[in-house]
Amino acid sequence: MTTLTYLQAISSALRDELRDDERVLVMGEDIGVFGGAFKVTDGFVDEFGTDRVMDTPLAESAIVGCAVGAAVVGMRPVCEMQFSDFISCGFDQLVNVAGKMYYRQGLAVPITVRLPSGGGFSGGPFHSQNPEAWFMHSPGIKVVAPSTAEDAKGLLHAAIRDPNPVCFMEHKHLYRRVKGEVPEGVYETPFTARVARAGTDLVVIAYGAMVHTALEATAPESLDGASVEVLDLRSLVPLDVDAILDSVARCSKVVIVDEANEMCAAGAQVAAVIAEHAFEDLDGPVVRVASPNVPIPFSPPLEQAVLPSVDRVREACRELLEY
Amino acid sequence: LQLDDRVWLLRAMLLMRGLEERAMSLYRQGKVPGSFYDGFGQEAISAGAAFAMSPEDRLCILHRDLAAHVVRGVTPVRILAQYMGRADGITRGRDGNVHFGDKNLGCVGMVSMLPDMMLVATGMAMAFKLRGEQRCALTWFGDGSTSRGDFHEALNWAGVQRLPVIFVLENNQYAYSTPLDKQFAIDPVERAAAYGFVGVTVDGNDVEAMFEATRSARERALKGDGPTLIEAVTMRMHGHAAHDDMKYVPTELVEEWRRRDPIDRQEERLKGAGVDVDGLRSAVTAEIDEAVQEALSSPMPDPSDAADGVFCTGEAEPLGDGNAPWSGFAS
Repeated sequence: MTTLTYLQAISSALRDELRDDERVLVMGEDIGVFGGAFKVTDGFVDEFGTDRVMDTPLAESAIVGCAVGAAVVGMRPVCEMQFSDFISCGFDQLVNVAGKMYYRQGLAVPITVRLPSGGGFSGGPFHSQNPEAWFMHSPGIKVVAPSTAEDAKGLLHAAIRDPNPVCFMEHKHLYRRVKGEVPEGVYETPFTARVARAGTDLVVIAYGAMVHTALEATAPESLDGASVEVLDLRSLVPLDVDAILDSVARCSKVVIVDEANEMCAAGAQVAAVIAEHAFEDLDGPVVRVASPNVPIPFSPPLEQAVLPSVDRVREACRELLEY
Repeated sequence: LQLDDRVWLLRAMLLMRGLEERAMSLYRQGKVPGSFYDGFGQEAISAGAAFAMSPEDRLCILHRDLAAHVVRGVTPVRILAQYMGRADGITRGRDGNVHFGDKNLGCVGMVSMLPDMMLVATGMAMAFKLRGEQRCALTWFGDGSTSRGDFHEALNWAGVQRLPVIFVLENNQYAYSTPLDKQFAIDPVERAAAYGFVGVTVDGNDVEAMFEATRSARERALKGDGPTLIEAVTMRMHGHAAHDDMKYVPTELVEEWRRRDPIDRQEERLKGAGVDVDGLRSAVTAEIDEAVQEALSSPMPDPSDAADGVFCTGEAEPLGDGNAPWSGFAS
């Protein structure tokens, strides 16, 4: 085991894959000589060269589309969107070309698209989004969202080795704030949920940065000794329905947290699954905490008013526990 | 081109036209669901270009390019089963008429967002160059596609990286009902120079000229001299799709182009060379008749597996090699 930041864990997975498999290449804007906007690929050019650590033109549709073309002739491309927000410019290639290819023609498209996402640092409306639900709604695309360094590395290995298009949601706010023990070498984290903390009175279901918000909001001393479980979804497609239903059966009260805009977010699907399959297990209404349906504002007091905070999550849990 | 090659080109065009005519009549009988799109009058472009491609080359084929599938080795019965949404069609009923590519023959089928495949072809070429392989990628698209961003992104990327890719622009005068003067202010072939590579204009109704232009483009690509934009000038002789009566096209324009029919032209050439063209026509018609009967007996897909196969659960297999009937590849 070694201690890595979330960002170092992502770099480590990319480096291991580039070393292990000559079919892997990483491509994106400013990822080569500059090492990427967040320095995830810092120094990679020296080890792997500019062909496999490719500085591309500023063209997101082309990054995804060319990755598809390379993938169907045997490569394993890993695309970096400089910010997840810019995937809107590559949406068509991902949703219509990559996502539907296997169903239509039996042709697998093994690409990974890394999407640095999330707010909390005054990135404003175009550098703070959480677009995962766009892709959950599109058949043929897997979506994963790690919250820890260990899972960041393991899920990225699994994503690159998956024969399907995978959106890898990496939360920018966690890059240097989250550190953890990470196993040496290559390991694949399954696309399933993980109990981040076991409990019996209430479960908070979250993913990505909101797992940390949930853990802090429900720390053992903070809710009058209530035993609160935190379920880290890790994978949104496939969604681990069994793990969700298992937690609900044990805890009977559910708070679902999305940093994304509330409407049709990942948490909305989780709420629907619970309503459909676990109604009899519930001892209270399903409660959601998410960003309201506004663009993520720039100025700190506005942004803090929009993004789910520790206080908002704790308050939601307190109210539900008293129900 | 040997005489056998020139006959092959005619045969591919005859198969395309014959299959599309039969499919149109099946459409009118209600046996082809959805809509129906054909490439009547444009047969030379896909036949000639595909004929210049080697087994290891890769193709992204669009909706007026049926002859490319024929050249690569897709059988008439599978094409007709595809049109009819049958279980034996290339997409097993998952996608409609011309939206197909046989992965085992090095082909990727189009999506409806037309210039998207330009980027896929560019990405294939990028991989070939990275691996130092002597292969190239080719895709087709229309005059309407030149207005979308993916056209620019593909040509720019291919130019920047000097990739072995061939872009075949089928300038058929209309994008649905929109004429060229509402689509662009300059002939798009002139844009090639702005992206740093060669652009050529070819008579798109001359199958041997199409072959020759593509063969040259491929040679350039394999030498490392980068992409080529081939503008094939032609005319869409039918409506955008089966429902479109094409009232917006002047009758004289259609008549003028009818005199330049690519199949008639190739037949004249081959008759002059002593080929039994009528015999070839009869053989193609018989082949299609047989394929129609076989395709009609293909079962419809099983509705109980409509939700299967969204994700690949095994190994990701890359595209396989296609047929390449040109005698130049045999030696």
